Amino acid sequence: MELVIFIVLLLLGFIVGKSKERRHYRSIGIREEAFLDKPTITARVPSGENISHAALAIGSVVVSIDYFKRFLSSWRMIFGGELKSYSPLLDRGKREALLRMKESVPRADEYINCRMETSTISSGKGKAMGTVEVIAYSTAITYAKGSTHPDQATEDLHAESEEPPEENIRTEAPGTAGLDG
Amino acid sequence: MILTNIETIPGKKVQEHYGLVQGSTIRAKHFGRDLMAGFKNIVGGELKGYTELLQESRNQALERMCQQAEELGANAVINVRLATSSVAAGAAEILAYGTAVRV
Repeated sequence: MELVIFIVLLLLGFIVGKSKERRHYRSIGIREEAFLDKPTITARVPSGENISHAALAIGSVVVSIDYFKRFLSSWRMIFGGELKSYSPLLDRGKREALLRMKESVPRADEYINCRMETSTISSGKGKAMGTVEVIAYSTAITYAKGSTHPDQATEDLHAESEEPPEENIRTEAPGTAGLDG
Repeated sequence: MILTNIETIPGKKVQEHYGLVQGSTIRAKHFGRDLMAGFKNIVGGELKGYTELLQESRNQALERMCQQAEELGANAVINVRLATSSVAAGAAEILAYGTAVRV
């Protein structure tokens, strides 16, 4: 009986979890497009002059891993190495948190000094599931109308190639922060 | 009250510093939400109940910080930082701190 429940949970986690993940990625992709032209940088200095408004933008999300992936990762923990099944989870969390941060001040022209933080709500050890909270916050800058807003300063989420080293906004290795497993 | 997480307020000049202000709150999740989250955990994805809970508490921490700044006579808080830590199983502390200034 216990085995049946286990297999049902495993299948449920695999099928529903997978479709939910795909749906989530699709929605992230669509929503990210709306903010493509707005620089999101970790630099502390705004790129333009004539600022009309500055405000704190915060976005957060709590995401958890599904039963199937947790099972996979418990195997991985025997041999060590990268927990690939956790990467999409943290990637989703970070992108979602960044999006919510931007959506909290949608009219801003630029988001500077962007910070991200991951905190573990439950570690996924023992019977508990891996659940993490991702917070992203930054200062949203709005320029006065008619001011010269330099176009060259568009280091946003998708233009990673030309970023100076101190402006690495996208975390390259999701799964490293906050997870103690 | 203007909040930023950089050392200045762009477009404005800081007239006076009032020092550190902070606000914090410790929240526990309630049973119903916990139960639902347990079910949600099987399929993974976002746990909306927790997201809301933490957002509420963060807003409260920020509010308390702003209140403290207001009492000092400030009209802006710069260099705001947020921190979360779990003090006990099922309870989390949310801390917001910054420097109160007048612009």
